Order: sequence, then structure tokens, then C-alpha cells
Amino acid sequence: MDANGLLQIFVYCLLIVALAPFVGRYLATVFAGGRTPAAAILGPVERGIYRLCGIRAGLEQHWTGYAGSLLAFNMLGVLLLFALQRIQHILPLNPAGVPAVPADLAFNTAVSFVTNTDWQAYAGEATLSYLTQMAGLTVQNFVSAATGIAVAVALARAFARRSAGTVGNFYVDLTRAALYVLLPACMLGTLMLVWQGVPQNLQAYTLATTLEGGQQVIAQGPVASQMMIKHLGTNGGGFFGQNAAHPFENPTPLTNMVHMIAIFAIGAGLTNAFGRMVGDMRQGWALLAAMGVLFLAGVLAAYWAESQGNPALSALGIAGPVNLEGKEVRFGIATSVLFAVITTAASCGAVIAMHDSLMPLAGMVSLVNMMLGEIIVGGVGAGLYGMLLFVVLAVFIAGLMVGRTPEYLGKKVEAREVKLALVAVLALASGILGLAALATVLPAGLVSVQDAGPHGLSEILYAYASAAANNGSAFAGFGANTPYQNAMLGLGMLVGRFLVIVPVLAIAGALAAKKTVPASAGTLPTHGVLFVGLLVGVIVIVGGLTFFPAVALGPIAEHLLTGAALF
Amino acid sequence: MIHRTQEISLLDGRIALQALGAAFRKLAPGELARKPVIFVTAVGALLSTVLFLRTLLAGGAHTVVIGQISAWLWFTVLFATFAEAIAEGRGKAQAASLRRTRAETTARRIASPDASDWVAVPAASLQAGDLVLVEAGEVIPGDGDVVAGIATVDESAITGESAPVIRESGGDRSAVTGGTRVVSDRIVVAITAEPGQSFLDRMIGLVEGAKRQKTPNEIALDILLVGMTIVFLLVVATLPAFAHYSGAVIPVVFLVALLVTLIPTTIGGLLSAIGIAGMDRLVRFNVIAKSGRAVEAAGDVDTLLLDKTGTITLGNRQAAEFIPVQDVSERDLAEAAHLASLADDTPEGRSIVALARQRFGLTAGDPAGLTFVPFTAQTRMSGVDMDAAGAAGFAEVQDRPRSSSIRKGAPDAVLALLDQRAPRDLTSAVERVAKAGGTPLVVARDGRALGVVFLKDIVKPGIRERFQTLRAMGIRTVMITGDNAMTAASIAAEAGVDDFLAEATPERKLELIRAEQAKGKLVAMCGDGSNDAPALAQADVGVAMNTGTQAAREAGNMVDLDSDPTKLIEIVMIGKQLLMSRGALTTFSIANDAAKYFAIIPALFVASHPQLQALNVMGLSSPESAILSAIIFNALVIVALIPLALRGVRYSPAGAASLLRRNLLVYGLGGLAAPFAGIKAIDLLVNALGLA
Repeated sequence: MDANGLLQIFVYCLLIVALAPFVGRYLATVFAGGRTPAAAILGPVERGIYRLCGIRAGLEQHWTGYAGSLLAFNMLGVLLLFALQRIQHILPLNPAGVPAVPADLAFNTAVSFVTNTDWQAYAGEATLSYLTQMAGLTVQNFVSAATGIAVAVALARAFARRSAGTVGNFYVDLTRAALYVLLPACMLGTLMLVWQGVPQNLQAYTLATTLEGGQQVIAQGPVASQMMIKHLGTNGGGFFGQNAAHPFENPTPLTNMVHMIAIFAIGAGLTNAFGRMVGDMRQGWALLAAMGVLFLAGVLAAYWAESQGNPALSALGIAGPVNLEGKEVRFGIATSVLFAVITTAASCGAVIAMHDSLMPLAGMVSLVNMMLGEIIVGGVGAGLYGMLLFVVLAVFIAGLMVGRTPEYLGKKVEAREVKLALVAVLALASGILGLAALATVLPAGLVSVQDAGPHGLSEILYAYASAAANNGSAFAGFGANTPYQNAMLGLGMLVGRFLVIVPVLAIAGALAAKKTVPASAGTLPTHGVLFVGLLVGVIVIVGGLTFFPAVALGPIAEHLLTGAALF
Repeated sequence: MIHRTQEISLLDGRIALQALGAAFRKLAPGELARKPVIFVTAVGALLSTVLFLRTLLAGGAHTVVIGQISAWLWFTVLFATFAEAIAEGRGKAQAASLRRTRAETTARRIASPDASDWVAVPAASLQAGDLVLVEAGEVIPGDGDVVAGIATVDESAITGESAPVIRESGGDRSAVTGGTRVVSDRIVVAITAEPGQSFLDRMIGLVEGAKRQKTPNEIALDILLVGMTIVFLLVVATLPAFAHYSGAVIPVVFLVALLVTLIPTTIGGLLSAIGIAGMDRLVRFNVIAKSGRAVEAAGDVDTLLLDKTGTITLGNRQAAEFIPVQDVSERDLAEAAHLASLADDTPEGRSIVALARQRFGLTAGDPAGLTFVPFTAQTRMSGVDMDAAGAAGFAEVQDRPRSSSIRKGAPDAVLALLDQRAPRDLTSAVERVAKAGGTPLVVARDGRALGVVFLKDIVKPGIRERFQTLRAMGIRTVMITGDNAMTAASIAAEAGVDDFLAEATPERKLELIRAEQAKGKLVAMCGDGSNDAPALAQADVGVAMNTGTQAAREAGNMVDLDSDPTKLIEIVMIGKQLLMSRGALTTFSIANDAAKYFAIIPALFVASHPQLQALNVMGLSSPESAILSAIIFNALVIVALIPLALRGVRYSPAGAASLLRRNLLVYGLGGLAAPFAGIKAIDLLVNALGLA
């Protein structure tokens, strides 16, 4: 750990905190239906969309209607994306002439992009046509992110409303998220990336002769446009198999910083927007503070673990003090670790270093980030609503200790909310533990494992945590493209996404209908250091209790095997 | 009798012995199913017992340890049922003494209030609507309303208060309770409770816990516990797969042990005991709640409506000052007021006499020659007429030995008697008194105004501090009074309430409650009269006074046997303490799990992954001992916390922030740390005894 590395981490955090209020104000305006600077151009487009699709923008939905629309829209997305991959070979914009995608892989990829996971069991440049990348994946990158934001906004509305029957209109929230938030930001960001040298073309791959006289195919295409939404929408699906470690995706330190900021920008901004929507900015800051504590703990632990170097290599005298294998050597250890923690904290899954090559404890930080449910800033929208689920649990467990029925923001937390929050927690836990356990006993699951010992278990755990938490990053050694894994990981993604979203919307419906109890000295304060500490404690304990045994057998056992001490 | 002074010690030997038997009876599957966490524990205990027997017969590893684990699993279940049994036992001890008063009585049923012939029927067969005749010396056969007559009733059987109270038809003191005894006169009572539904029956049911239904919070907590149990089931069920992958084999009994230590057995076992003990505490305060729900709601109360008279102020007003007018001296006024009050037996009259004597050393003279004029609602004044001789008997009027008449009373009534128009300083004195929250009493002699006596509402000592405490707890107090706004404002300021409702009528009271509730607040109030019934029913927590009408007692969700309106404050605190006890033990229970992992996980895997010994931070001596110690700790902690569950966690009125800080420190961090020490100590003991 050196000053330079720590400074990078510190500056990054500072930038995110500084950006949050601006993003938050903009988001709050957009979802209150307010007028934004771009309204002159986008307003007619928005109204055009509503007219075209027959959406009655003024009509709000009950939570069941909202959830129904969301599920229908997303399932249609899965079908369309599946179909597109299956017939891409007969469609235009396929200069590399890639064939149709096999059914199991097409299913996995369709689910993966619709659920905002962007798990890629394939290498993009060798499997998908430009049309599939642009009309399929990029579209889903936008709408899956917009879906997440919509759910978070609906939940925030529910806290803000009193005795209300509706939580908003899904189609309006979806359209506004994509049109006013994601699209303008991506346009600006894409231009910036192109300026920095990221390709944006529809040309066939270039054939080059290397200095040694060998032949090299240089893949390219509409990269820049996918890069920006990949990070801003916490999708993480790279244009190239190497993801952001590929110099065409991430050519300079500046693009790297833009990528990192883009990953947290909306997630952090949403906490601020939440504070504005419920009428108390401090509530938003408290959530961001809890996320910040967990983030800093993770990034510092991972950075420390990497800085210790690999005892096995040191013993042989073949490596320096740090383990650079699999790291982004252009940017160094600190940046590689920072990116790895950001991308797993935020359900993005874009990578600049191979997580498989992280030291066991740094890999564990990535794994745990996902196991906690991607709530440390988290996926766009998903991070906020995931965190609010933990708030419900924390308030219920500890809130009783002030001698009142637990309440958050004036809403009483009762049997129904607790039940629904637990359904979501259980969905995630069974998606990770249940499916991973299955993969460790079935031969069809075991063939994907590359390494023996605890690391092999880490590979399986990581894959299923990544799928169920809708992250999308992977331990590279894991052979994901098998019919079994494609099917089961796809299932994990669906469970981790929709079995969380539906309970969250149900909670939103229940909360919106409740009266708001005015705060008094007897009300549990939910904006101070104490509450942040309580929230972090509940997250760590509930998450820790659920995953400790599995993690002990994976990364912890591996770490101890390297001969290093635990503390 | 149940009375505050009677305390059952926390672990009374006799009750504990009976509870032990009940604990075994509660092992019936149907009973256990009410407590899901304990039910899972029992299934685990059964499974490990079967496995133990198999190992014993077929031979296998760890036989001795498996046997001990099975035993401790059963102990865990037993300790939980014991906790509930002992809470119920304490209630039963109270119920038994109540039952004795419900001796079989015979009632004299009559056809109409004025009928003279009666039919003897057993009290238990009385239906609502029946009329019964009760005479001096008889026990009132059931709850009801007095429809004819007036009687003094000894209610000590339920209130513990030995002085008989008056019960009469009409008015606000018409309700009688079955089991109480008429001391004098005869009354006709219309029975209002169906058989088995009487007050006494309900009270017995409540303290015994038999009729206890789970409260909303308890249900939500149960769901949380079930949810956590399912999560841990998932964790434990998937562990063999991961272990198998890692080349480890875990005996099933060890998995069961892991599961039971992880699931929240502590709170799961103590939850119902906490609820029963909460009701018990309330009964000990001589308050009967009709449901646990109401007690819970009491903890959530935001607004407290309190009647001024009797709650905030002493029931009667006291003379505080003599304000003479024109050229009258203060002593002159005091003398006249003193004379006029000598025969006035009201608290106000007595206080005038007391003040006059204290200020000017006046003494009571010979009352011969004095004719007292009593107060009537028509004249709204009282006073004295005296002849010259009578007047001469008083030292202070010797210089004017002539006949005179003195009147004191409501300003407008006395002013109407005056010969001339009211002097200007009299009008201003009357106003000043009213503005200061007092009642002005004008004194006049022979058609000439002497001055004003300032009758002051005396705010109860210490009540201001109580309101400050309530404010710190986040509870707003509203004073309800029939006084005009000026008087009310002044008393409200003196007592330190947050708001007041002046010139209150039942309708305005009801409106106020609805307005508060519309703002999302929970409202508590107490009342006694029939006209309070709608408001009592509307309030979230309505405490009816036992001396009140049957209508009020039916409308409220609690009845205070002592009829002490300030008890609302204690009720709120008991409600809060109940919720806090649950929260504290839940937090404690969940925080405990961290240490158990550090005991059991290395123990399970140290054979296949020797490096995981590093996780054995407690340095437990062997895997078997580690598992055994964890399960023993898990069982014993339930027993150790029974007194806390019965007593409730310490509650000191304070804001939510400081309560949370304190409780998080004690039960959160304490819950995290305690088992590390506890398990280590048990491990040392287990090894010293050679158990594993």
C-alpha cells in the first residue's frame, strides 16, 4: 500500500461524493415529471413514444400493475434477444459472418442482458454480429438499467407518499430513465471516449501482419457507444472478451477514470435523489455513508491483501513484492484493485484485471460484495432498493429497542414488509448457495471448474454469486459455456433479479398505502452515525452469517493455504 | 389480592416447580408448532437422538459427544418451554387468587326494576340484559350497570382498595363489577356481560396467558425468526455439498448442532414469555388490558390526552390571595370571607378559612347568632347572616356590632346583589384572576363589594417533570378542560403541557382525536363518563376508569382499577418496555451467531483443511468440545435470560437516539462479545470434566 494508491482511492471517493448531489437533483427532477434542460428536444420525443405505444402517461399504476408491466416488458425483451441471436446469421450488419448462437448460450445471454447482469459466457467479437450487439445488447443495456432505476424510484415514491394507491407508471418511469438520464449522458460520454481513441465504426475486422510476420485479426466496431452505457448502466458486458482490459475499450487513464466514475454515478446519485424525494436530504446521505463505509472497508482490505504479494511466488524469488499476474499492468495494482472492488460493489461486472488472479482475500472482497446483494452503491436502482431492503430489516431488528413499532421515514415496518424483505433475501441466498451447491455435486457442474482445491470452489461460488446478484464478472478459469451452466446461471440471474424486484414493488405498494407518522423525539433517528453503524452492522452480520461457511471453504481456506496469516 | 404491593419473586420456588412440569407438557407437537424456531430445534433434537441410538447400537464415531449433543438439544427445547411455563405460572398465581372471589353465588333475578318478586338463579347462568336485585351484604353476581337505587360497594376484591365506593343509577358511577360486595342499601343491576365474558373472567384469562393472542409486532417478529431459520436451513443444507467438494465429511448431528446454534433460539424461546410477562406487569399495576395489541399500541403513542381536573391539577381549587377593592383593607376582606366560609364544607371553603387564619391569625368564634346560607346551583353563592349579638361574639368584628349579611360567590351572581355599580377595580381584579388561570370569588357585605378571593387550580406537584419526561420520549401532551381558553392557557403553561383543548365537549374531544389520527399519530386518553365512550373507542389506547360507567369500560381497551388517570404514563412505559425487550433479545440472539461460527466452522473442517485452525480464535481444545460448548452455551443462555424476559429490559425515559445507543451497546455489542467468553469458559469446563 503506498501513498499514490491511497490517493487514487481517496480522490475517486471524493469525486463520487461531489457528483452525487448534482446527479441526485437531476434524477429527482426527472422522476417528479419536472422540466429538465433537455426538455425542448426530448419532450416531443417522449410524447411521441407515449403516443406510439398507447401509453397514458397521466395514469398511475397500483404496484401489481407496475410489477406486471415490468415483468411483461422484460420477458418480451428476453424473447426478442433470444430470437435475434438465433437468426443473426441471416440478418444484415454481420461483416465477420458469425453464425447463429447455440440455443443454451442464446438463452443465457438473453437473460443475462435483460437482468442487467451482462454475464458473458462467450467472447463478443467472435460470437455476435454488429446487429445483435447494437439492436440487442445495447438496447437491453439501456432498458435493463432503466428498469432498475424505475423500481428504485417507485420504492422511493412509496416512502414519500401517504395513503396512496399507486406507485407510478412503469412505462413513464422507464421512458424517462432511458430518455432523460441514460441517453444524454451516454451521448456525451461516447464522444469523450471516441476523442480518447475508442473505435466507433461498422467496419469489417482488420487483418494485420505483426512484427514477427504473423497474422492478426484486429476486431473493432461500434465500441464507444456500448462502453458508456456498459458502465453508466452498471451492465458490464464488454464489446470484447477481455472487457475493459482491452485497449480499445479502455485506452487511457482518463477513460479508466471516466469508466469508474460512470459505474457509481447514477447509483450514488439515486441515494441523493431518494433523500430529495422523501423530503430529507440527510436520509440520502446516510444511505450513501453506509455504502461508503462498506466500500472503503472492501477496497482497503483488497488493496492490503494485494500489497502483501504472493508468498508462493516470493519464495521462489521470481516475482517482486506484488503479484502482477492478471492485473492491468498499465494502471498498476491500486487501480486494478479499485476497479475490481467498484465493479463488484456496483453490480457492473466490467473488469480491467482478471478477478481469478486476485489474491484470495482480494478475490473474497469481490465475492462478498456480490453476496451482500450488490448494495454498495450497487446496480443502478438495484443498489438503492437492495439497500432499502436491508434498512427494513435493520429497522425492524433494532428499531424495537427504542420501544416503538419500528418505522422508517414515518412508515411503520410491519409483518408484511418484513416478510417481503425476507423473500428477497432468501431469493438471493438460494440463488447463490443453492445453485452453487448443486454445481459442486453434479458432474455436469463440476466439469466447468478449472482449478483444484479451495480455488475451484471459489470459481463456482463466484459464478453463482455473480449471476444471482446480477453482476456479470467472473473468475476467468470457470468454463461457463456449457449447457448446464448456461441454463443454471440463467436461472440464477432470473431469480436474483425478479424474485427481488417483485417483493420490492410489493413493499412499495404496502408502504405507499400507509399513513406517515410524523417524527418526534421518540422516533428512531435514521440519519445519524448511529443508524449508519447499525445498518452496516446488520448487513455484515446477516450477509456474514449466510455466507461465512462457504467463504471459509473457498477464499479463506485458499488464503491460509498460501501460508499467510489470517490477521 | 392483586395489588401493586404484592410482588412475586422472579423465580419463586413453587412456581418454578410447577413450571417444570408444564415445560414437559408443552413438548406436545401442537404446542411446539406455535413457536417455529423451537419446533425446528425439537425436530433437530429428535433426529440427533435417533442418530445417537443408531450409533450406540451399530457403533460409530463420536458416540459420547453425539449423545451429549442430543441431550443438550432437548434441554434447549425444554428451557424454552420452561420460560413460557414460568411466565404463565406467575400469571396463574394471580389468577388463582382472583378465582377465589368468583365463588358460586346465587342471583336474585327480577322481571323489572320495580318488581318485588324474584327468582333465585345461579350467577353463572345470567345472560346480558337480565335484571338482578342486590342488597347489603350480597355479592354482585356479574358485571353490569346500576339501573335503580344507590349503594356503597366494597370493590377491594378487584382493586385492593379497602374504602367502599358509591354506585348509583344514572350519572357516571353506574358500573359495577361481578365479585364485588354491596355494603349498604339495595340496587338493581342490569347484567351486561355474557357468562364467561365477565371482567373477572377476562382478567383471569389474560394473566394466565390462555387467551393471549399474538400481537401484530409479535407476528412480524415471528416472521423474521422463521425467515432467519429458513436462511440458516439453506446454509446448513448446502454445507455438505461444499464440504464434499472440499473433501470433508460432516456427521449429520454436527450439522444439526450448527443449525440449532445459528437459528435464533434465544428470542424464539423467550418471545412468548416476554409477552405474557408484559401483561403481567400491567395487571400488577392494577390495569386490565383487553388485548395485548392495546399494550403494544401504548408504546407507540404520540399524543396523550389528559383531563385537567384530577390528572393535572388536584381535584379542588384553593384560595391563594385576597384582593380588596376601593378602600377596603385586606384584613377586612379576609375577615368577611372567613366568616362566610366557616360553615362551608367544600374544599374551596375550607381553603379560604385556612388562608385567612394563616395570614391574619383569625380564630373560629362562637357560631351562635350566625345563620349560614348554603351554596345552591340557583344562587351560585353562599354566605352568612348574623344579628348584632352574634356578630359581637367575634373579636374581629367587635367595632361593628350590628347585624349584617355576607355573601361570596360567582362574580355575576354577587354583583347582582350590590347597591351600586361594581367598582372599576373589582372588575379588573376579577379579570386578573381569570387570566391567571384562577376562579374569582366576589365577597360582598350588606350590598357593598369588599373584594375578590383568588381561587387557584393547584397543579399537582411533580406533574411538570413528568410532562418533561414525556416530551423527551417524544410524546405530546394535550390538556382537556371545560374551562375557558384564558384559564386553560394559564394552567397549561404552569403544568407544562404541550397543548390544551379549552371548553371541551365530548364532540370536540372526538374531533381532536380524529384530527391527530389523521396526521398519523396514535392517541391515548382516559375517561370515565358515558359521554367519554365515543372518544375512548376512537382513541388507539383508551383507558377507562373503573369508577366510570359500564359504557366507558366497554369502549376503552384498558381499564384502570385504581381509577388514576396519571397511570396512562406508566401504561405507555410498560408498552415501550415490552417492545424494547423483544428488540433487545432479538438483537442479542442474532449477534450471538458470530461467535458460534468461529467455534463450529473450524471444528467441522479442521480435518480436511488444517489451515482453518486459524479461525479457531477462541482456542477451543478439540472439534468435539467446540461443538458441544457452542450448543451448551446456546441452551444455557435461554435460562440465563429468563429473568430479563420476565422483568423486561431496563427502561429509562429518554429520546429514541439515546435509547438506541445504549441498547445497541448492551445487546448488540454485548451479544457479539458475550458468547466468545461464554463458549470458551464452557470449553474449559467440558475439558476439565472430560466430557469431550
